[in-house]
Amino acid sequence: MAVGITVKDVEYLAEAAKFEFTEEQKQKFAQALSDIINAVDRLAEVDTEGVQPTIHVLSVKNIFREDVVLPSMDRDILLKNAADVQDGCYRVPKVVE
Amino acid sequence: MKYEVVIGLEVHAELSTQSKAFCGCSTKFGAVPNTQCCPVCIGMPGVLPVINKKALEYTIKAGLALNCRIARYTKMDRKNYFYPDLPRACQISQYDVPVCQNGYLDIVVNGQTRRIGINRIHLEEDAGKLLHDQYADSTLVDLNRSGVPLIEIVTEPDLRSAEEAKVFLETLRSILRYIDVSDCKMEEGSLRCDVNISVRPEGQKEFGVRTEMKNLNSFRAVYRAIEYEANRQISILEEGGTVLRETRRWDDSAGKSFSMRAKEHAQDYRYFPEPDLPPIEIDDEWVEEIRKQIPELPAQKQRRYVEEFGLPEYDAGILTSSRDLADYFERCVKLYENPKTISNWLMGDFLRLVNEKNIEISDVPVTPENLVKLFKLIDSKVISGPIAKTVFEEMFDTGKDPEAIVEEKGLKQITDRDELVKVIKKVLAENPKSVEDYKNGKKKALGFLVGQTMKATKGKANPQLVNEILLEELEK
Repeated sequence: MAVGITVKDVEYLAEAAKFEFTEEQKQKFAQALSDIINAVDRLAEVDTEGVQPTIHVLSVKNIFREDVVLPSMDRDILLKNAADVQDGCYRVPKVVE
Repeated sequence: MKYEVVIGLEVHAELSTQSKAFCGCSTKFGAVPNTQCCPVCIGMPGVLPVINKKALEYTIKAGLALNCRIARYTKMDRKNYFYPDLPRACQISQYDVPVCQNGYLDIVVNGQTRRIGINRIHLEEDAGKLLHDQYADSTLVDLNRSGVPLIEIVTEPDLRSAEEAKVFLETLRSILRYIDVSDCKMEEGSLRCDVNISVRPEGQKEFGVRTEMKNLNSFRAVYRAIEYEANRQISILEEGGTVLRETRRWDDSAGKSFSMRAKEHAQDYRYFPEPDLPPIEIDDEWVEEIRKQIPELPAQKQRRYVEEFGLPEYDAGILTSSRDLADYFERCVKLYENPKTISNWLMGDFLRLVNEKNIEISDVPVTPENLVKLFKLIDSKVISGPIAKTVFEEMFDTGKDPEAIVEEKGLKQITDRDELVKVIKKVLAENPKSVEDYKNGKKKALGFLVGQTMKATKGKANPQLVNEILLEELEK
């Protein structure tokens, strides 16, 4: 059963992920995404009756840490990657509500 | 037409763990901006978050206290959205299998018990804090709060008035504090609440169109916002209009709500399982272990205070509203046989001073031992009632032993008959008019003369004895 991802779907996803694509890219991604989904759809042919949904690919569970405070990172190092800094904070364009 | 208001709440409570949900940074409130951060909680690529076990246990504990079913198999999910307070552009939250589901909380409103359904409680991380006000053209981001564990508690749309919503929140806060999972300080943002509200003609089955109200920073704001929004929606319907489904922002100083810019289409959070965090299995043994840590909750405690100590419902309700106060009361009751006296003092001068000085009950310097000593000084007539109040205020300020205060300030009650007779003779001589009034049948004058005597002895006279002597002298 072939699923078609349209250019419209790509535009919706691009907006949600804040991407901008050219028309050519949109066409290309629509085809690529359709192929991926169709490939994965082959799993639908397998009988999964009584099989637990896979949440995680590794068979690990319950990996926890104890509630212990560890030293944080030095602020100067932390802010080194920031595009803009003021008063020890990240500075971003004014957020209007 | 009569309308019914339908309210559902989404309550966010920050969990009182020492460290963040997925890394070891401190959760302490009020630190210098961006000093409690690390690559995990500022969303650097390639880091590995690990769940704080205590945060999960607190979530389970809250679920048990709110009568929820605890999932035996659960997981964390990514909720994707863009906002400057969320550096990773996705929040670790829970989508289709929250830790807790299908619970309820009983609240008492105007003497009636109402059962409010809890749809779900899930664990997630808090976002950072945006500082807008002092900068004209920019917003500053402080990520100290980013990654602090939160629980979101979602109720069913079972609340029917602003009053019910307020009582629900008070009851919920008291329980979360009792079980020690959150300090629930609204002023520090560790308890936050969004309100979903709609109205419908009474008797109608279908819900009306709802709006969501944000920016409610106190219980009073919740109450006012609901009243305002219900009236706004009713007037729209009365005028034949339709309510718009939207998010509104409450402005408490204006006493109004404003529409926040409507989104072009519904937000798509594109949830998917968090690949960095393996799933969680919770077995019965673990749940029972956590259940054992839940103390007696306020409603049970209130019932017990009525039955065991013979206190009025009202007293029991106030004493059990905070766990610290209830613990204080119980320490007193072990030392003193009259629970009602303890209750009167705690509800009266004790709470009055706590509120006036705006301190926590755990910071009150008066020990239960010293409070009971004060009661015994009154019982044995060493000091009078009015003097006891003065002594108590001093104890509240200094934490001193009441016996020492009475000794130091010479506050002992005057019970010496001869001494009082002298004072009273003087009072009578100075107030011939009142004496005459009394003799002419104006019995009220006696009260005035008692007052004058108390004043002359700076409140130290034994009031019964004063009454007795006054009557004798006046009848002469």
